[in-house]
Amino acid sequence: MTMVFGIPIQALLGQLLVGLINGSFYALLSLGLAVIFGLLRVINFAHGAQYMLGAFVALLALKWAGVPYWAALVVAPLVVGGLSALIERTMLSRLYQLDHLYGLLFTFGLALAVEGGFRWYFGASGQPYSPPAALNGGVNLGFMFLPIYRGWVVVFSLIICLAVWALIEKTQLGAKLRAATENPTLVQSFGINVPLLLTMTYALGAGLAAIAGVLAAPIYQVSPLMGSNIIIVVFAVVVVGGMGSIMGAIVTGYMLGVAEGLTKVFYPEASNIVIFVIMAIVLILRPAGLFGKEA
Amino acid sequence: MTRLLEVEDLHAWYGESHVLHGVTMHVDKGETVCILGRNGMGKTTTLRAIMGIVRQRKGRITFAGRDVLAMPLHQTARAGLGFVPEERGIFATLSVEENLMLPPVFAEGGMSVAEIYKLFPNLQERRRSPGTKLSGGEQQMLAMARILRTGANTLLLDEPTEGLAPVIIEAIGVVLQELRSRGMTVVLVEQNFRFASKVADRFYVMDHGQMAHEFPVGELETRMDMLHETLGV
Repeated sequence: MTMVFGIPIQALLGQLLVGLINGSFYALLSLGLAVIFGLLRVINFAHGAQYMLGAFVALLALKWAGVPYWAALVVAPLVVGGLSALIERTMLSRLYQLDHLYGLLFTFGLALAVEGGFRWYFGASGQPYSPPAALNGGVNLGFMFLPIYRGWVVVFSLIICLAVWALIEKTQLGAKLRAATENPTLVQSFGINVPLLLTMTYALGAGLAAIAGVLAAPIYQVSPLMGSNIIIVVFAVVVVGGMGSIMGAIVTGYMLGVAEGLTKVFYPEASNIVIFVIMAIVLILRPAGLFGKEA
Repeated sequence: MTRLLEVEDLHAWYGESHVLHGVTMHVDKGETVCILGRNGMGKTTTLRAIMGIVRQRKGRITFAGRDVLAMPLHQTARAGLGFVPEERGIFATLSVEENLMLPPVFAEGGMSVAEIYKLFPNLQERRRSPGTKLSGGEQQMLAMARILRTGANTLLLDEPTEGLAPVIIEAIGVVLQELRSRGMTVVLVEQNFRFASKVADRFYVMDHGQMAHEFPVGELETRMDMLHETLGV
């Protein structure tokens, strides 16, 4: 058996894959948070609930209407993004003039209410969601067995992350978003409907969370609290990456997922806290985060 | 002459602070009007209130027959007003070209990108660099150029020459002449009235949030004593 640092290579690569998969979810979720925070200056505590809603939309659409996984990947972000746009327009937008803490408190309360409602209706235990037939099974890579669905999650989330990055950094719509982040009033004086831009951005962030939720449904079980379990880690990822940096959020997401996976190999006891330890170190050495610009 | 912009008894506030105390002025189509006045008299606030950036305002503003006060901020640009702020407002995270292309085109008659690059060759050379890497003069050019693209027929220009070298100020003067020949209406806020006297048709002098004097450019010589007194120059 091949050994690396006294560890069987299979175990190492296996944990690396687990790390990449967790990293995919961290990246998608922290990207959504970064997009929302960048423009709205709202720390979106409802992000975990939006992720959970994405998984539930996939599950219920399958149960009630026979909507397959592939369609759910499109339907769930549309449903969750649409609902979130409605909430932004009718409620969240009223808080922009106040201290940013109110946005945080509102989204936190919203998350509690939504998760509580789902727990009351569906119960706290998880429900299974099968991966689509095309992604069942796995391939033997020689040195390890790769479940196809997990490989798909890593590839697809990477594509989505890069697409969102390109949308923001390379398109004219993205230029509007970046400009509105710097000086919303001036951008609006150019005739650009900034309030609409804010609504669309919130919907985009929520939609990203919903995509992550659909991707997660076949791996973890679909449960009302799945979002609150992961969101705390994701906030730590955002703090490490630096608030408001798009590429920073993506890179840090994958990096910390891998760091967590590797810790499971070398010192399993620390794997649950390694991200928070890294966060503490980053906060001491670079309070703005690895990719953050403001001090 | 057709009245394009009419402001009547305009009051404006920043929070508790009452800044404009009944501004009344008008601008005709194709005219270049300059607002003079010392710092803190309300010149910038007048432009920002007309544009709708200052929302706490009362009175009457009509532009091309439409009530500006009732419009949300993003509608004023569509009505034909373009604003070039004193601080220029160039975006650091956007390239020069992205800055230029940012404001949407709402009407015909704006300059094409090729025309803009002909008028401002420096911008073409540096179109890939971040907007704020430009010199102060180039940033001022960019701030004006991006509005000229949109088809706005009226330019609200806040202290375009502030902090710039004489040779750049001269270049801005040339641009304003060019705009005038194209029929652009300009409301210019200036401290530098030597510069303003070369481009403006008419002057307002602002004092304590009101228009204290109004005169055409031909009377500039005879008004010098008053100007020295009110402007403290």
